[in-house]
Amino acid sequence: MKLGAWLTRHAQNALGSLGTLSRNPVASALTIAVIGIALALPAALNLLVQQGRLLTGDVEATRDFSVYLAPGVDVERAAGLAATLRQREGIARVRLVTADDAAAGLREEPGFAEALATLPANPLPHTLVVRPAPAATAAEVEDLATELRGEPGVDLVRVDTGWLERLTAILDLVRRVVLAAGALLGLTVLFVVGNTIRLDIQNRAQEIEVAKLLGATDAFVRRPFLYLGFWYGLAGGVVALLLIGITLAAMAGPVARLLALYGTGARLGGLGLGTVAGVLLSGITAGWGGAWLAVGRHISAIQPKV
Amino acid sequence: MAAIRFDAVSKRYEGGRDALTDVTFELASGELAFLTGRSGAGKSTVLKLLGLIERPTRGAVIVDGRNVSRLPARDIPAYRQQVGMVFQDNKLLPDRTAYENVALPLIITGTGEREIGRRVRAALDQVGLLDRERQRPPALSAGEQQRLGIARAIVARPRLLIADEPTGNLDPELSLEIMTLFRRLNEVGVTMLIASHDLPLVERLRARRIALADGRLVPVPEAA
Repeated sequence: MKLGAWLTRHAQNALGSLGTLSRNPVASALTIAVIGIALALPAALNLLVQQGRLLTGDVEATRDFSVYLAPGVDVERAAGLAATLRQREGIARVRLVTADDAAAGLREEPGFAEALATLPANPLPHTLVVRPAPAATAAEVEDLATELRGEPGVDLVRVDTGWLERLTAILDLVRRVVLAAGALLGLTVLFVVGNTIRLDIQNRAQEIEVAKLLGATDAFVRRPFLYLGFWYGLAGGVVALLLIGITLAAMAGPVARLLALYGTGARLGGLGLGTVAGVLLSGITAGWGGAWLAVGRHISAIQPKV
Repeated sequence: MAAIRFDAVSKRYEGGRDALTDVTFELASGELAFLTGRSGAGKSTVLKLLGLIERPTRGAVIVDGRNVSRLPARDIPAYRQQVGMVFQDNKLLPDRTAYENVALPLIITGTGEREIGRRVRAALDQVGLLDRERQRPPALSAGEQQRLGIARAIVARPRLLIADEPTGNLDPELSLEIMTLFRRLNEVGVTMLIASHDLPLVERLRARRIALADGRLVPVPEAA
C-alpha cells in the first residue's frame, strides 16, 4: 500500500470512529463520563500529593525555632551567641530578638500593652530565632535543638516540627493510596472501554464478517476499533481535566485559609502542563489498551459463515 | 494448467455429516461452470472450500497450481482478495451506499482514492447501476441488490469468481438477467463457478455443469 493511501485510510478510520461516537451521543457521553471520573480521581489525588510536597517545601520557614536565653544574659552576650551560632554547620540563619524588641511587638497586640505597663520590669528574655539549613532532616533539627539546650546562657529551646512530620507521613500514605487507586481505576477504564468496544464489535459483526470474506486482515478490521478506544480515552482525559480544574477552583479558597493557619502564604497551584499531558496520555493509553484487549479477543472469533 | 482442481476432496462436518465424498473435478482458466444439485447436495461446501471458509477433511483444493487447502491462516486474506464471491443473500452492508459497498474490496487492498472511484464506477456501470451509486441497499430492488453484489465481486478484478445461488431469491426474469451478466463477465476471461439448483435456467445458458448428489459427483443428467 502506498504511503498516501495508507495515511488516507488511517485518517478515514480516525474520523469514522469519531463519527461512531457522535452517532450514539448519549451512550458515548456516559462512557466518556465514567472514564473521565475514573481518570480524575487518581489524577486529583496525585495533584494533592504534589501540592502537599510543595507545601512542605514552602513551610521550611516554619521550621524556625526559638532559643530563649536565660534572664541574666545581656544584649551583648546574646549578640555574641548569635554570631557564634551563625558559624555553625546546620544553621542557615540566626536572628536576635532582644527583650525590648519582643516587648515592643507584644505592646502592639491588643490588651498586652496594659498588662506590660503594670509590670515593674520587662519580663521577656532575649531570643534567638534559629533557621536550620534547608537540607536538615527533622531528626537533625531535633539534634541541633538538643545541642543548643546545653549551651551556656540558654534557658529554653522550643521546637515544633511534629506537625510537619505528620504531614509528610500523611502525604507518603496518600501517595501510596494514589498509586493503588490509579492502578485500580486504570483497570476500570480498560474494562469500560473494552466492554464498550466489545458491544460495538457485536453490533458490527455483519460488517466484520463481510470484510473478512472480501479479504480483510484482522489488522484492517481492528483499526477503527482501536481509534474508537483512542477517542474514548482522549475524551475521558479531557473530561477528567475539566473535573480536576473545577475541583481545584472550588477548593482554592478553603485551602488558602488552611495554609494561612500554618503560617505560610502558599496557594493551591493550578493544572500544570505535566498533569495535563499525564492525564491525556493515561486516558489515551487506557482507551487504546482496552480497545486492544477487546479486539484481540472478539474480532478473531468472528469468522465468515455462508 | 487448470484454474481450479478438486483432487479427491472429502469434507465431514462436526457431528459426522459427510458433505462431500471423494470429489474430483477441474475447471480450466476462463471457464464458466455451474454446480448443480438439490439442496444439501454439497454445492455450497464446494464454494466454501474455494473461499477457504472451510477446509477439506481429505484431498486437496488447488487454485492456480497452489494447494490452498493447506494455506496458513495469515495468508487467507490475500487469497480471498483474489477471489470474487457472490452470495445468495448478497451480504451487502445496509448502512453503506452502493458506491461504498462496491468500494470495500478496493479499500481492503489499499487502493488509492482516485483509482477506487474509477473502478467502482466502472463496475457499477457494468451491472447497470451507475445511476444508483448514492442509494443504500434497502432502497434497491432484489435484482439490483444482486447486481450490486456482483459489482462488488468483480471490482477488484478477481481471477476467480464463485457464486452461491445468486438467483435463489429472484424471479425467473431477473434470474436470467443475472446469469446473462455472469456470462458477459466470463467472456472477458474470469473463471467462474456458480452454484444453482435452478436447472431450467442453467440449461438455457448452455454452459458446463458439474452435478452433485449427496456430496458425490454424479453424471450430468441429459437436458430435457
